[in-house]
Amino acid sequence: MNESKQIIVVNDLVKMFGHFTANDKLNFSVKKGEIFGFLGANGAGKTTAIKILSGLSKPTSGKAIVAGFDVKKHPNKVKKNIGYMSQRFSLYDDMTVKENFRFYGGIYGLNRKEIREKTAHFLKKLDMEDYGNMLLKNIPLGWKQKLAFSVAILHNPKIVFLDEPTGGVDPLTRRQFWELIYESSAQGTTVFVTTHYMDEAEYCERVSIMSEGRIEAIGTPAELKEKFDVKTMDEVFIKIAR
Amino acid sequence: MYAFIKKEFFHIFRDYRSMLILFGMPVVQVLLFGFAITTDINDAKIAILDQSKDPITREITQKMLSSKYFILEQNLQSNNQIEAAFQSGNIKEVVVFEHGFAEKLQRDGKVDVQLILDASEPNTANMLSAYSSGIINTYSLQQMMAANKIPVSIQTESMMLYNPELKSVYMFVPGVITILLMLVSAMMTSISITREKEMGTMEALLVSPLKPLQIIIGKVTPYVLLSFINLIVILLLARFVFGMPTQGSMTLLLLESILFIIMSLALGILISTVSKTQQQAMLLSMFALMLPTILLSGFIFPIENMPIILQWISHVMPSKWFIIIIKNIMLKGVGIAYFWKETLIILFTTLFFIAMSVKKFKVRLE
Repeated sequence: MNESKQIIVVNDLVKMFGHFTANDKLNFSVKKGEIFGFLGANGAGKTTAIKILSGLSKPTSGKAIVAGFDVKKHPNKVKKNIGYMSQRFSLYDDMTVKENFRFYGGIYGLNRKEIREKTAHFLKKLDMEDYGNMLLKNIPLGWKQKLAFSVAILHNPKIVFLDEPTGGVDPLTRRQFWELIYESSAQGTTVFVTTHYMDEAEYCERVSIMSEGRIEAIGTPAELKEKFDVKTMDEVFIKIAR
Repeated sequence: MYAFIKKEFFHIFRDYRSMLILFGMPVVQVLLFGFAITTDINDAKIAILDQSKDPITREITQKMLSSKYFILEQNLQSNNQIEAAFQSGNIKEVVVFEHGFAEKLQRDGKVDVQLILDASEPNTANMLSAYSSGIINTYSLQQMMAANKIPVSIQTESMMLYNPELKSVYMFVPGVITILLMLVSAMMTSISITREKEMGTMEALLVSPLKPLQIIIGKVTPYVLLSFINLIVILLLARFVFGMPTQGSMTLLLLESILFIIMSLALGILISTVSKTQQQAMLLSMFALMLPTILLSGFIFPIENMPIILQWISHVMPSKWFIIIIKNIMLKGVGIAYFWKETLIILFTTLFFIAMSVKKFKVRLE
């Protein structure tokens, strides 16, 4: 593999909370433009790892390079180059769709013209042009999630972190959501996604599965199914989580 | 930064509850404290049991009723009506003149008037008793002077400085300013920060390139502005509705207020770092800030009368020092030379709270 194509490189990453080891010597890398699934049971240490990779939290030891910057030394340069969307959306309910775009565009340093163009572009893509001036609280959950994703990639980040982005929506909306993910991946954005849904794991190009702070398996879904000699990702997951 | 502040205004203006707290509260509080909660007593209803009915008792009765304090509700005929009069509820005081009042005064040079008061409201009873005694004493003194009966007399003459009409609104305005600035600044910021935590938007802000300091400044700037507008509204109300002038320097008053606002904001941030939900932040601000401020700052209850432990606690209340400062500026019209110590105390508290909240904020990021 060509080193320069690696957009996330993690070496012996350790995060301790007191005596509790949340991340135990993580080693993995993600290629540019890849859709990387970061799986694991609740409490396996996924969120801790995402926090470190997005510059929110400092590793106890080890090294992580994200978008070319060391998260320990230059968390702010990392932050400029990533987008982030959590399970809880991160959009403001009491503002309209356009106002949300304007706000997030503003804090990522986009100018007015760029924001206007991007907003128009995304609303058109989501087929929501008539809803630009509607308060977010009046918009259905599935649409909000698609909007949140659009907002997360508004500033053309090199990597977008999605922390369980599709919690609580119907399969059809999930499907549409994944189409958005594919689209931005095709345009060169790396997608780093955590999920509980194993059918979604199948959509990823490569996945890693965490258990008790360690990465137990990493590879393409096909490789993992072969390695554990099972038919679905569900079974892979259950074998490892045990 | 600009985008951030604008967003914050959206939150405030679109939430009718915060609008109500921000703009309804100051007006209601000032008017409430100014008009309703007054410690002066006017038109207290009294009953008189005059068993003598002579010129002197009539004259005393006249004197009492012509003061603005009393209204005659009932003329009683006998002692056993007294109890019933009080039980009826609206009589606050009964004045009893004994049989042969004037005669006894002529004969012995001494006679008793009995004042019976409804002390289920101790403050009112005290004040009515003082008013009545005052009127009767003045009357008897005048009589004695007229009759040239006493060779010497010493009279006290009180002069009320800084608040000559003893208006209670003069006492309340500084307190209301303090409470409102504290409420708006500390409570509203702590609630708005915890709301972002609850909604998950705080995470989004933290992963953005904004620095924590920028987030904090963006959050509090709107509240600084709004608190400041509130302050002006209260001062205008005090000036034009209650005729309370500001004797000292207005600039100084505004500067001290800004310092106090910053202190409250820092406190609000501190509260938000320790509470997880909006309710928690609200309760914490209410019970940890508002109640002690109202009770222990000397706003309503004089600190000198408190048990020594509470007096000590009141020293840690920044609001106590701020009330002293405002009173000094508004009522006495003195300059910074007279309250630089109080100002320093608030300044140090401010720095302390800022340091604490920055530290807490960072710990959360680790």
